[in-house]
Amino acid sequence: MMDSSGSLLAVDGTPLRRKLAQSMFRSRVRAFGLALPLLAFIIVVFVYPILDFLRQSVYDARFATLMPATSEAMADWDGSTAPTEEMAAALVADLVIAKKEKTIGKVATRVNRELSGTRSLFTKTARNAKKMKPPYMEALIKKDKDWADIETWHAMKTASRVYTPAYIVAALDRKMLADGSIIQQSEERRIHVQLFARTMEISFLVTIFCLILGYPIAFLMASLPLRTSNLLLILVLLPFWTSLLVRTTAWIAMLQAQGVMNDLFVVFGLATDEDRFSLIYNKTGTLIAMTHILLPFMILPLFSVMKTIPPSYVRAAKSMGATDWTAFWRVYFPQSVPGIGAGALLVFILAIGYYITPALVGGQDGQMVSNIIDFHMRKSLNWNLAAALGLVMLVFVMFLFWVYDRVVGIDNMKLG
Amino acid sequence: MKKTTLLLAGTSLALGTTSAFAGSHTGSITAVSWGGAYTVSQIEAYHKPWTAATGNTVVSEDYSGGIAEVKAQVEAGNVTWDIIDVEKSDAVRGCDEGLFMEIDPTSLPAGSDGTAAVDDFIPGSFTDCAVANIVWSTIFAYDSSVTTNGPKTIADFFNVDAFPGKRGLRKSPKANLEMALAADGVASGDIYDVLATDEGVDRAFAKLDTIKDMVVWWEAGAQPPQLLADGEVAMTTAYNGRIFNAVAGEGKSFEIVWDAQVLDVDMWAIIKGAPNAELAMDFLKFSTATEQLAAQASYIAYGPARKSSAPYVTTYHSNADLEMGPQMPTAAANLATAIPNDFEFWADNADELNERFNAWLIN
Repeated sequence: MMDSSGSLLAVDGTPLRRKLAQSMFRSRVRAFGLALPLLAFIIVVFVYPILDFLRQSVYDARFATLMPATSEAMADWDGSTAPTEEMAAALVADLVIAKKEKTIGKVATRVNRELSGTRSLFTKTARNAKKMKPPYMEALIKKDKDWADIETWHAMKTASRVYTPAYIVAALDRKMLADGSIIQQSEERRIHVQLFARTMEISFLVTIFCLILGYPIAFLMASLPLRTSNLLLILVLLPFWTSLLVRTTAWIAMLQAQGVMNDLFVVFGLATDEDRFSLIYNKTGTLIAMTHILLPFMILPLFSVMKTIPPSYVRAAKSMGATDWTAFWRVYFPQSVPGIGAGALLVFILAIGYYITPALVGGQDGQMVSNIIDFHMRKSLNWNLAAALGLVMLVFVMFLFWVYDRVVGIDNMKLG
Repeated sequence: MKKTTLLLAGTSLALGTTSAFAGSHTGSITAVSWGGAYTVSQIEAYHKPWTAATGNTVVSEDYSGGIAEVKAQVEAGNVTWDIIDVEKSDAVRGCDEGLFMEIDPTSLPAGSDGTAAVDDFIPGSFTDCAVANIVWSTIFAYDSSVTTNGPKTIADFFNVDAFPGKRGLRKSPKANLEMALAADGVASGDIYDVLATDEGVDRAFAKLDTIKDMVVWWEAGAQPPQLLADGEVAMTTAYNGRIFNAVAGEGKSFEIVWDAQVLDVDMWAIIKGAPNAELAMDFLKFSTATEQLAAQASYIAYGPARKSSAPYVTTYHSNADLEMGPQMPTAAANLATAIPNDFEFWADNADELNERFNAWLIN
């Protein structure tokens, strides 16, 4: 059927183009509808909690909500002049309420993060705040001379910011002063930058080791007959089915001073019984155990890419006079690069967030950023700093991802 | 004959259970503790007698310390735990953060000799939100089958020339800084005064520096006995109860050195918003009574927090020849140079010292 203008018409007389668009739209809606539960699920249990938690890295309203009068009185104070009587009066009033509402602990903990030792100053003073009479500044100093120290007031000023860069700054081994300027932490307290560097170093080395060990295995699996390669595949997957904790603990038995490896070294005369190798509870232990655990993540993408490379290409190269090496390097290897890209990225990103293995076998120089995040989550309860460290890490990984896309190209990656 | 007895016993057990369930006020609480031999001692001394006396049951869960789980439960408004066994520093911190219910010590039952609870418990047994059940300590130990002429003092622990071999230490500044200062010659009464100064902290870290390269760091209480048994370390700090259990229960030849032991208490705290808070409070009162605390002492070498329990402390549950009294951190012979943990100091300075300790570790 055709109308007067010559466009095609469907049976019911509407133009075919519109009919097609309608039906395409309908199928797209249906497809989206099918994906909707998953999308909603991911947003509710994954995206939202992560964003909510990351918000804590810059948001801390504890002091401002629990000490409202003090926060307001301090709002215009720039920290260069002596604290005023008005601020002292507001502080005493807030302390009386905080003591009554039993929120004083929260306030004290918050300020203590800025200035160590102030926790007891707050709890002690709050106990007596009710009896204090003006002038309040004198009453405070009479109770404890630390109130005369401007540092105490600076700490409160910093704590009173609701949106604060203090935690992110701390995650980068820096410190924010009351006037908003940022200085470097004293040397004996710098830790995070070094940990980030070490995390990168360990992840990078693990990726390299996995590649060196995994490439030949994947190559072997791809070139052997199906039955043998399936057997190899099972051997590669076998550790996958064992708990991570069990595999890590097994490495402790293997590598410790009185362990299997060291016993063998002694038997073969590579080490003396008194002077055994330190293979565990240090960086070496972390590297060995993590390489073993992450190896399948390198082998599997490599294998799935290599399987699709037709053997005839290499045969053709050889038939035209290429040596074994040239045929491999010029013909086979470039075709396996997508697998290397996928495997390396997978291993690297998994390694960067590794936590249980370094915690168990890392000792003191095999610890990673995740271990310090765990420390702040479980032990010090400083979730804000944990969130800030997580944020720095996330930004860094995104940056690496961007670099990878520019250098290698994300389309050039194949997971199978 | 034997069969009949068994059958009878079975029937009475079944009947007993039925009647317990038939009671109108029976319920169940979830008690969270550290696991291993320690939880076993609590089940034997607290849970079972409480169930027998009231018909209420206790679901026992393990955790590995820290109060992050509690914080998560309270903040999400979905509390599933009722009562938790915490270190004193966590009890104080949890109270500050508003995670635990307040407990009035005067509401606790008097000791078996009639002493009011506030006087019966040893000093430092109460915080605003928690009540102590046992006294434990961080000591150091060695394997006497390997090291024959063993160390005697804390100074020996830091003397790697006279006593070669690796050292195990807990990966935390707590107890380590105190012991380092004690080894450096500070009297046990002055430790925290010295540690409160910057020079004192420097001095403690300088002392730790002398053995830093030889240290294997541990985190869980079960690790140090394992490190000793594996020959991974020549000596290690540990919780005294863990070493005792390896000796009494597994026949190891470990030796405890009590010099400069750091005393601490474990406490019961009830979580704010706990689903069975009232029952949990009842359980808390029951389990910290004189008899229960004394009974626990025959399962593990941690001292009862009540003075009135001491006369009732008897022998190890599976060995009638093993007197528990001398095994306690609170035994007079072990107390001479003991350092009672100053929780107020740690509540104030934990953040800073942890930070410095972590930085010291990786540098």
